[in-house]
Amino acid sequence: MDQLLGMAFDAFRAAGNGIESIAQAGDRGIIAHTIDYISRRSDLILELMLEHLWLVILTLIIAVTISVTIGIIISYYESLAQTVLGICQVLMVIPSMAMLAFMVPLFGIGFTTGVVALVLYSLLPVVRNTYTGIRELDPAIVEAAKGMGMTERRILFKIKIPLARPVIMAGVRTAAVMMIGIAAIAAYVGAGGLGELIFSGISRGHQPMIIAGAIGVSIIAIAFDYLLYYGEKRFSVEGSTREGN
Amino acid sequence: MLRTLWVWIGIPLIMIGIAAAIVIYSVNNPPDSIVARMLTYERVFRVIREHMGLLLVSMTGATIVGVAGGIMLSRPSLYRIGRVMETIVNIGQTVPSLAVLALFYTILGLGFRVAVFALFLYSILPILRNTFAGIDGVEHSIIEAARGMGMRPLRILTRIELPIAFPIIVAGLRTAIVINVGAATLATFIGGGGLGDLIVTGLSVHRDMIIVNGAVIAAITAILLDYLIGKAEERVVRWS
Amino acid sequence: MIKLEGLTKVFKGHNIPAVKDLNLEVNEGDVCVLVGPSGCGKTTTMKMINRLYEPTGGKIYIRGEDALQMDPIKLRLDIGYVIQEIGLFPHMTIYENIATVPNEKQWPKDQVKEKVDNVMSLVGLDPEIFKNRYPSALSGGQRQRVGVARAMVSDPPIMLMDEPFGAVDPITRARLQNEFLRIQERVDKTIVFVTHDIDEAIKMSDTIAVMREGELVQHATPSDLLSAPADEFVSNLVGRNRSIKRLHLIRVSEILEEVDRAPALKEDTKEEEVKKRLDESDIRTVIVVDRDNKLKGVIGVNDLKRKTGEVAGDYFQEVSDTVTDDATLNDALSVMLEIGEGYVAVVNEDEKYQGTITLGDLLNVVREDS
Ligand SMILES: Nc1ncnc2c1ncn2[C@@H]1O[C@H](COP(=O)(O)OP(=O)(O)OP(=O)(O)O)[C@@H](O)[C@H]1O
Ligand SMILES: [Mg+2]
Repeated sequence: MDQLLGMAFDAFRAAGNGIESIAQAGDRGIIAHTIDYISRRSDLILELMLEHLWLVILTLIIAVTISVTIGIIISYYESLAQTVLGICQVLMVIPSMAMLAFMVPLFGIGFTTGVVALVLYSLLPVVRNTYTGIRELDPAIVEAAKGMGMTERRILFKIKIPLARPVIMAGVRTAAVMMIGIAAIAAYVGAGGLGELIFSGISRGHQPMIIAGAIGVSIIAIAFDYLLYYGEKRFSVEGSTREGN
Repeated sequence: MLRTLWVWIGIPLIMIGIAAAIVIYSVNNPPDSIVARMLTYERVFRVIREHMGLLLVSMTGATIVGVAGGIMLSRPSLYRIGRVMETIVNIGQTVPSLAVLALFYTILGLGFRVAVFALFLYSILPILRNTFAGIDGVEHSIIEAARGMGMRPLRILTRIELPIAFPIIVAGLRTAIVINVGAATLATFIGGGGLGDLIVTGLSVHRDMIIVNGAVIAAITAILLDYLIGKAEERVVRWS
Repeated sequence: MIKLEGLTKVFKGHNIPAVKDLNLEVNEGDVCVLVGPSGCGKTTTMKMINRLYEPTGGKIYIRGEDALQMDPIKLRLDIGYVIQEIGLFPHMTIYENIATVPNEKQWPKDQVKEKVDNVMSLVGLDPEIFKNRYPSALSGGQRQRVGVARAMVSDPPIMLMDEPFGAVDPITRARLQNEFLRIQERVDKTIVFVTHDIDEAIKMSDTIAVMREGELVQHATPSDLLSAPADEFVSNLVGRNRSIKRLHLIRVSEILEEVDRAPALKEDTKEEEVKKRLDESDIRTVIVVDRDNKLKGVIGVNDLKRKTGEVAGDYFQEVSDTVTDDATLNDALSVMLEIGEGYVAVVNEDEKYQGTITLGDLLNVVREDS
């Protein structure tokens, strides 16, 4: 306990030091250095950014296809649902560093490892939202469709999926934002992207590089969050968005 | 009774047992001298201790600050600031954990304390947001009924608002823990130690056994914590 | 008891006052019913009385004391409040919900328990069944009754009841209304009551205050309101069939004294006598009671023809419904229509026969008054 209190105390003293360091950093003109760095290496940064986006978008497409399919399947098999959702929950809880580490012995260093880890991570939000989006539809709607003689297949594609789409989109948004962050970490196992700037910046003690990487990743994440938020709104039926989680 | 024992002691022990078995096997059967040198009980215990230190200190601080802050912002006098904070917090949560750690490194430098501080600040966000949202979400008519019956503001907070918001606050805690455990494995990059150390070492010397040890312990820690808080959540909420 | 003087409330950012220069006095032990269209300021008025809203202008006196100078907490502990939205605490059981005010007042545990059981039975919720449930497991009407029980558990001298029976079905509602009136006769609380149901207003009230767009239009006894509505707005509100509404105002016991009907027959009455009495009866029916004057049933002309025994006790028909003497004439009318007869037997709380009233009696009442 003493040890913990000591740690806590240290941590808060560090915060105090931090404020000093910011002031000092200001002296050294770190902001100016960073701007300078970004303008000098804009081509590299842009390239890494595109790489990052490519990794995220590619995995997002794969992940959404898989997850929506799983979500639809388990919406028909209630007994399966809890197990599948439980597994997805566990997958998402695993620290990203650990997940990437597990992939390395299997897929080696590189892009593939990143893709597989990212797909596994994004399962939960999309599967869960697809499942709840479909399950929580007003049963009367499905009943009515059945009553009109629609086949189950048509009910799925014409009724269930369109109505559940806003909820599914909310899941996709959560997954996308998460992926952008994890993709940055995946740079450590050779998946490329803006994470590279952060990691080599840290190992070289090159602060402008770290800041460029960190801010770049954050901007992508925030931008995605906003874009998908408006996407969600557009997709929602008659402007009514339902949050599912 | 038996079920309770199984849920609260049985399953956690099994999880810990799996991790322990892997560690014991690996330490006793190193495939080569590098693994033998780098994967010792001493080292494993040290990183676990560091890891728990990161989690405990940052989570305790974040819980206190987050809940207290959320309560304060939900008071009528600060409510407007609370709504603004909500937006800022939402944006803050979008910033990836690696970026947060990296930025704190550029400001504060390397070390355990910096990592703890970064994790602390990062974990406040979901707790603060959920506490605020949970209290804000209590139906107005319920508060008005309580006031109408002559309850004092402090009593309304402790007997009505907090209990009703409790499940949402706990959900925030759960989110914070999951994020925190994940981010704690990244602390090693800024010299914060923890289980990430083992993984990074394993990666740099290309020894899968060391990687797997670090990853398994980290994963099981995360799963166990999430599992326990999830079970606690189920138990606590009897209504609705 | 409650006196409002020039009470005004202007909500922030609104130009029009929600309540404007309201003057109203409710005497001790009276039930004052506020009626008026949605948004006319009924709830706002109530919330000013227990100071959930601070008035923009005007005075509130409670027992002659300036309520605006009192400690709001103390004030509210002595005013039972049934909020329009019910506002049950979702995380507390029904028991805990109802026990809120006693607990705030730190009553001893067993007294709380006794009192809670008591009010629960009073509002028709079996304590054994409902005590440990959470509000989410109750129907809307049941929740509303918990809300009423919660407000009255500590016996506050004043009650503010905002549409307390709105979500209750008509039958339970009538029962609760009668229960309410019976309790009110005993304890004489001062009550401000909001309803949208004009029949309920007429039945429950000592006075009715009609509001419109924040202003008081008329404050009068129900009978004055019916016979002399202040303007067209009020007469539209009370509706066209005002004479029928008068039936709400009169209790069965009141006209039983006036109608002079022959007493009921005992079970051992012989055929001769039954026949004679049937001929004399204006409804061609006689009532049969037992030795303790408990209602047994009725005998009509046809029953006598098809008689299966010697004495009246052998061939009476059971009645499907009766009214109690504290019911209103309107209740009596409903029962007659329901059982499809031109009369209804009246019994008291112990099921002792009190008399019979007929459609004709009701017609006389309506005619006399108009
Ligand atoms: N808290 C508030 N803030 C602003 N305006 C309010 C507030 N409460 C009520 N009002 C306004 O004051 C007016 C009167 O409302 P009030 O709730 O007293 O009506 P009411 O007579 O109780 O109606 P109802 O029969 O629908 O319950 C309405 O125009 C309403 O919009
Ligand atoms: Mg109202």
